[in-house]
Amino acid sequence: MTDDTALTYVTDEMRAAQGQWGGIRTAPPITTTDIRRWAMATYYPQQPPRIYWDADHAATTPWGGIVAPPDFNPFAWPVERPRGGSPGLSGRRADGKPLTGMNGGQTDTYGVPMRPGDVVSARSRLVDWWEREGRLGHTLYVRNEIEWRNQDGELVRRRMSISIRY
Amino acid sequence: MSIDFDDVEVGDKLPEWSRRTGFAEWNRYAAVNEEFVPFHMDDEAGRRAGNEQGAFGMGNLRYAYIVNALSDWVGEAGIVREVGCQYRAINQKNDVLTVVGEVTEKMVVDGENRVRLDINVVNQDGGATCPGHAIVVLP
Repeated sequence: MTDDTALTYVTDEMRAAQGQWGGIRTAPPITTTDIRRWAMATYYPQQPPRIYWDADHAATTPWGGIVAPPDFNPFAWPVERPRGGSPGLSGRRADGKPLTGMNGGQTDTYGVPMRPGDVVSARSRLVDWWEREGRLGHTLYVRNEIEWRNQDGELVRRRMSISIRY
Repeated sequence: MSIDFDDVEVGDKLPEWSRRTGFAEWNRYAAVNEEFVPFHMDDEAGRRAGNEQGAFGMGNLRYAYIVNALSDWVGEAGIVREVGCQYRAINQKNDVLTVVGEVTEKMVVDGENRVRLDINVVNQDGGATCPGHAIVVLP
């Protein structure tokens, strides 16, 4: 049975964007300081492994030098913020309030490691979505794919992520 | 130090990796990931977002803990190839989060010695907050 008045948070903007690669952007070159700070934050209060901050030690490893933790994000702190945001966040709840967004999870596949000096570019696309009644009321789940490649075109990371909007 | 593919068996447990989390950890992660979302910074904003206990931690930080636990286990000769998880429960302030994992499969794919694990991040009450899987490559 179809109910044309059923509540949905899916927008025309989302339908138009589905499957289209976009969100193309390039991060500033990665520095050793970026990597060290990331590792210190995610290992805090423990000292992070030397591969992330000690060049002399890192040179003796199979990597031959400092590499970034796999989950390192070179796109943090852009000088110019990408415009528009994610398709779909413009949706509104039945009471007229804007939707709240939450991270629903992700699967990352890692290619070559990121290293100091690397320049990583990204592109992304809206893959699909589904809705259901959950603990937080009517909830929209949106699956996005984000691909990162380095300056040599090598795959650094492919992320399939789920964002939750309620 | 690294482990070898031949030394790993299905059923082996990932060494546990724990952190007590609160603003000291969340603020540091916010700073490096530029993740200054009000419900991670402010108790009132956390309550407005539906969490009665106030501000809560980032899913991405739990993800980082999983990556770190795996990286520490495989060592410098190993590779973390894939990590996936779902955020099923909220990371409340002062939770002690522990990354746990168990080897479910060994396989050779594209010349890589791959080990698949089921992973999770459990809190001090035994609550599983973040079920998922990982694939690592070992020498």
